[in-house]
Amino acid sequence: MNYTAIILIPLIPLAVFLVLGLFNRKIGPGVSGLVGVGGMLVSTLLSFYTAFEYFMVLGKVSGAYPTLVESTVWMNFTETLRIDMGVLIDPISVMMLIVVSTISLMVHIYSRGYMKGDEGYTKFFSFLSLFTFSMYGLVLATNLFQIYIFWELVGVSSYLLIGYYYTKESAVAAAKKAFIVTRFADLGFLIGILLIGYYTGTYDFETLNNPEGATLTHWAPASFMGLSVLTWGLILIFIGGAGKSAMFPLHIWLPDAMEGPTPVSALIHAATMVVAGVFLVARLFPMYFFVEEGFALQIVAFVGAFSALFAAVIALTQTDIKRVLAYSTMSQLGYMMLALGVSGYEGSQGLGYMSSMFHLFTHAMFKALLFLCAGSVIHAVHSNYLKDMGQLRKYMPITHLSFLVAALAIAGIPPFAGFWSKDEILVAVYQQNTFLYVVGIFVAGLTALYIFRIYFGIFWGKDNTYEHRPAESPASMTVPLIVLAVLSATVGFIPFSEFISPDRAGFDAHIDIPMAITAVAVALIGIGIAWMLYKKESGLATRLTDRLGVLYTWAHRKFYMDEVYLFVTKNILFKGIAAGAAWADRKIVDGTMNLIGNSTVLFSKKIKGMQSGRVQDYAMAFVSGTVILALLFIYLWTS
Amino acid sequence: MIEGISIYELLTVSTILFFIGVYGFITRKNLISVLISVELILNGAAVNFVVINKYLYPEVLQGMIFSIFIIAVAAAETALAISIIINLYRKISSVEVKEVETMKN
Repeated sequence: MNYTAIILIPLIPLAVFLVLGLFNRKIGPGVSGLVGVGGMLVSTLLSFYTAFEYFMVLGKVSGAYPTLVESTVWMNFTETLRIDMGVLIDPISVMMLIVVSTISLMVHIYSRGYMKGDEGYTKFFSFLSLFTFSMYGLVLATNLFQIYIFWELVGVSSYLLIGYYYTKESAVAAAKKAFIVTRFADLGFLIGILLIGYYTGTYDFETLNNPEGATLTHWAPASFMGLSVLTWGLILIFIGGAGKSAMFPLHIWLPDAMEGPTPVSALIHAATMVVAGVFLVARLFPMYFFVEEGFALQIVAFVGAFSALFAAVIALTQTDIKRVLAYSTMSQLGYMMLALGVSGYEGSQGLGYMSSMFHLFTHAMFKALLFLCAGSVIHAVHSNYLKDMGQLRKYMPITHLSFLVAALAIAGIPPFAGFWSKDEILVAVYQQNTFLYVVGIFVAGLTALYIFRIYFGIFWGKDNTYEHRPAESPASMTVPLIVLAVLSATVGFIPFSEFISPDRAGFDAHIDIPMAITAVAVALIGIGIAWMLYKKESGLATRLTDRLGVLYTWAHRKFYMDEVYLFVTKNILFKGIAAGAAWADRKIVDGTMNLIGNSTVLFSKKIKGMQSGRVQDYAMAFVSGTVILALLFIYLWTS
Repeated sequence: MIEGISIYELLTVSTILFFIGVYGFITRKNLISVLISVELILNGAAVNFVVINKYLYPEVLQGMIFSIFIIAVAAAETALAISIIINLYRKISSVEVKEVETMKN
């Protein structure tokens, strides 16, 4: 393997970030766009080269894809416990390289058109590069600490990009919310890392994940409340992952994050950063699977299934198209978690793991496409709301067709990408747990319904009279749409199970015909309902929502999760705990310090007069001192 | 060796001279008087050197030379001090010690 090429993949965006960030004012928008896109292009080519080298040239070593690590010691604590910095190459990190670089490149190109004329154009590209660098670092991390560092870095770049329109109050609030909520979840992640580091004596993924290694054969070095400490560690790490991947109940930041520019939503909050949580669980999958017979993994499965259902229901009721897509992202991430949660380890047992990664891959393509299409629509009509749209297919044919491809992909209609991965997920879930399968298939129907609801709402629906006649976006925006549409239509045919499986050996996956028919039928029902309700403007949808009454209101208000959080933070945390702590801080901690300070000041005021500045006073003091000393010496000598 | 005068008497004189100087240095209000007091202190010390040299080590000359050295230093110091005092007078129109309290301005 060519490690120089691999290390260059993250370093190029870093260099672009530094150049654009440091010379922000000097670089004009034309140059910065070219530098950003150029850097990304090189980095993308290197990613594809690496993938080709890894899967095609190197291939399987004794029946399984090897894990390649190239690292240097960064911090050395004990003989075994140390933190490295380096790159780890295995099937999922290579796959993530492809996802991150492809989407990032498309978003860079798209942004050249979308952000045209924006004041902070150069700043925007430098932030995008910072994010891309951090994301690369995250997927290539060799150990828990390195992944944690880059984990926080993607959090920071997400914060910067959500708050990009920093003059808008809601954007600032959303950025803060995203940062605080994920940071809160990361506290769990950090404690989990420390727990695992303490009890296993290593942070390295390779050592931790070795099925024959000490960690996985002796997974109960100590127990706490009836569970192995390693299980606790894994649950805490999953909390970190759930925060990033917007799993219930830590999802509240994701819909608000849509305040950022739409390309950012496509890159960070749909395709790459939010899958970091899924990636993290996949990265530690052998640990999740073997420790305590996969207890932590069951939590992952149930949280994933619940989030998928919860988000899909909310997505049905939102009127802001970006928010619908945000909840859809959350729902699809729930799918990925669910698939990971029901996966086995050996051979074709690893279908869940493989399908989760497959769905991650296809979802990145079609969800980025959906967001970019939404961005194109918003660019044309200057509004996020469905009520301001309608009949846009006449004005924006390319956007319309791309959106249709993406919508068919996410709904799971063959032969588009989403069908293949979603089908594998449903098969994997069915083999393990019928209840979760029912949830999954129901969510599949809801997915088709909500996505076609906004599709019909935007491109068909009512005849809006537009003040400015909406027009198709410029080529810099439509080209990425076309590329992603082609990808969304075709990536499903990649034989993913050949490349990615928990034991690395690969297996043959095949379409389960009855399952596929069921899933497609459910999706078609969803589309059919959307067709009836939203294709033409009719009172049907309104009458239905009226009939549902309270249920609709609940879902429309996102099940009052924000209000619950506000109540908990304001009334319990702020009033109860924080107020007491603040009192103790002001009165006791500050009081002690003030007492010391004040008494020093008082004392020095008293003795200040001694330093009069008059030479004669000093001479007097000096002489008296001498005389006293002399008398003392005489007394001591004579007695 | 001076007939009829012992070392004690001479040392008493030098001590009195020294302490008159110290007293003057501490109490005088006028910078010129302070300067004169400093001269008295130095002279007291010089007399001490000469007397001890003369009475205890008559065969060497270091004490004498030291006192001449002290006189030279005192002259230089006076010149310097006088020039400072003149400058001070030009600046604040006063040679009172209590007017000169701060190093700056």
